[in-house]
Amino acid sequence: MAGTKTKAAADKTAQFDKQQYLDWFTLMLRIRRFEERAGMLYGQQKIRGFCHLFIGQEAIAAGAISATRHEDPYISAYRIHGLGIAKGITPNAAMAELYGKATGCTGGKGGSMHFFSKEHHFYGGHGIVGGQIPIGAGIGMAEQYKGTDNVCLTFFGDGAARQGALHETFNMAMLWKIPVVFLCENNGYAMGTSVERSSNVTEIYKLGLAYDMPSASVDAMNVESVHEAITEAVARARSGEGPTFLELRTYRYKGHSMSDPAKYRTKEELEEYKQRDPIVQVVDTIRKNNFATEAEIEAIEAQVKEEIDACVEFAENSPFPDDSELFGDIYVQTDYPFLTD
Amino acid sequence: MSNREIRYRDALREAMSEEMRRDPSVLLMGEEVAEYNGAYKVSQGMLDEFGPKRIIDTPIAELGFAGIGVGMAMNGVRPIVEFMTWNFALLAIDQVVNASAKMLAMSGGAFGNPIVFRGPSGSAGQLGAQHSQTFENWYANVPGLKVISPSNPYDAKGLLKSAIRDNDPVVFMESEVMYGDPGIVPEEEYLIPIGLADIKREGSDVTLVSFNKMMKVALAAAEELAKDGISAEVIDLRTIRPLDIQTILRSVRKTNRVVVIDESWPYGGISAEIAYRIQREAFDYLDAPVRRVNGADTSMHYAPNLVAAYLPDPGKVIKVVKESLYLPS
Ligand SMILES: Cc1ncc(C[n+]2csc(CCOP(=O)(O)OP(=O)(O)O)c2C)c(N)n1
Ligand SMILES: [Mg+2]
Repeated sequence: MAGTKTKAAADKTAQFDKQQYLDWFTLMLRIRRFEERAGMLYGQQKIRGFCHLFIGQEAIAAGAISATRHEDPYISAYRIHGLGIAKGITPNAAMAELYGKATGCTGGKGGSMHFFSKEHHFYGGHGIVGGQIPIGAGIGMAEQYKGTDNVCLTFFGDGAARQGALHETFNMAMLWKIPVVFLCENNGYAMGTSVERSSNVTEIYKLGLAYDMPSASVDAMNVESVHEAITEAVARARSGEGPTFLELRTYRYKGHSMSDPAKYRTKEELEEYKQRDPIVQVVDTIRKNNFATEAEIEAIEAQVKEEIDACVEFAENSPFPDDSELFGDIYVQTDYPFLTD
Repeated sequence: MSNREIRYRDALREAMSEEMRRDPSVLLMGEEVAEYNGAYKVSQGMLDEFGPKRIIDTPIAELGFAGIGVGMAMNGVRPIVEFMTWNFALLAIDQVVNASAKMLAMSGGAFGNPIVFRGPSGSAGQLGAQHSQTFENWYANVPGLKVISPSNPYDAKGLLKSAIRDNDPVVFMESEVMYGDPGIVPEEEYLIPIGLADIKREGSDVTLVSFNKMMKVALAAAEELAKDGISAEVIDLRTIRPLDIQTILRSVRKTNRVVVIDESWPYGGISAEIAYRIQREAFDYLDAPVRRVNGADTSMHYAPNLVAAYLPDPGKVIKVVKESLYLPS
């Protein structure tokens, strides 16, 4: 399957059923509105620390969710809010986490970069670039060991693709036919460094070919393409044939984090991607196929807005963790003798 | 001498730029150091002055570029390797500890490693467990390395210049939250020798020992204590390895009480080394056990109250000082 898979953005023939498009639309809108609000609240210093927004990359979360099942584990980096919400973390638990509240998805322990949810098989947001690549393979290997047919989706950025850990992991994942799909979210930049400035190999999917790993690049502004590519990769892993590497070509509309003015790229480049906005594409398809009336689309928008308003209120009204939680979750052992002096 | 106020990041940049003008074998490499002008703007403008041959943007590949730095240092180049933070340098610690620190020893003196590994260390707000660590004591444990951790622009500049000129590998730890701090730095060139502590405040009742941004906590505590009539002497270690134990001992013989303030975890920390050396060489001068105030013995959580609970602050220092003076708190 080596090669580039793209779907013309103009192609609006529906290949999936009405409900699928409405689900994609709702989820992507929920993520986008959540992120927009998070950005605002960061400006108001309600949210602190680093905050990396997912805006522009929503089709990745939506296409992955529709192509996998609840039990399939996911792991990714610190740009994690969107994927976490897609996997089932509620906007309430997500927003409360950004506020550092006890009701957050890790009880205020992890914050923006470290969303986790065991109940949703969500193995976390990780802050060390590339660190989650071998961990994802390990999670997949544990599924193999336990004899399930679950597949671990392991996400990382284009910048992370330059870490040595990727190569060590690719080699072992192929050697041991680990049920894992490696997904490089190529949004063109690692902080201020473009893909072109980080390597001679700018078609990142080709890195997989060195290990004979089935590899392809995917138009990840289009949710259908993402869904199809992941569906195929997951089927391969479930049937015991091992890993796949997908380069998901996407774009982040905002800076790397809230403190990055993103001067290293042009307005035109950003506009070009906005023309292919993943949410707009899905809404177009919904309209062209009469999957929903304007009133129904507006109703979804209103419902999402309500959810986001509610999650902010929930976060505002939630308590901070108790100060004694300083020593919470450091060891499983409950009477561990910490040094306090 | 003409003095002016510059920021901590400017002091570091001046040190690097002056040394690069002086010695063509010095170069700077790291993530975002060139075209982005530094993740924290330490290297702002350096690409313009020195060009891409000497100011080198690397991919995110800490193990690889640290090792490339070590190799260059074996072969006549004097690299400054910038880590975006020391948390990420954990990927490179193999090259720092297994290669750079040991090259001279393994090669029987044939190959040295004149290299500076530098970047910000320690917490910087609510950044969570992976982005909030201090590792001075880890590197200070390693023979072959020198470790520097300055607390202000003046010290940062003078020590970084010495580090770049030093013929041994130097680990140089800065602070993200101090990069914007202003400080008086002379226009004229100066160097500060590696291995000398500095008494930042004289006092007679108790000695506070600290370094890097915890110096602010120590000095703030000393200020508060003065209001209660307690005179604290505050020593800024500046260099962690080699440790200037003589300056500490001189102070202890005067004050008879010591509190070490260190952001890192307590277990096996720098305070433990200092306490050992004091009891070994000035046991009879102590009127109270050596005490310490560290970051909590935990991974740092994100919530703001848990960050505050984790970090040393003046209140915690004052409490321990009063205990060591056997005063009610
Ligand atoms: C090992 C390591 N080095 C450096 C950093 C600092 N850093 C955080 S994100 C980032 C860029 C990563 O870019 P990419 O992998 O493309 O992901 P994106 O931010 O685009 O989602 C860098 C350099 C880090 N967190 N970990
Ligand atoms: Mg990227």
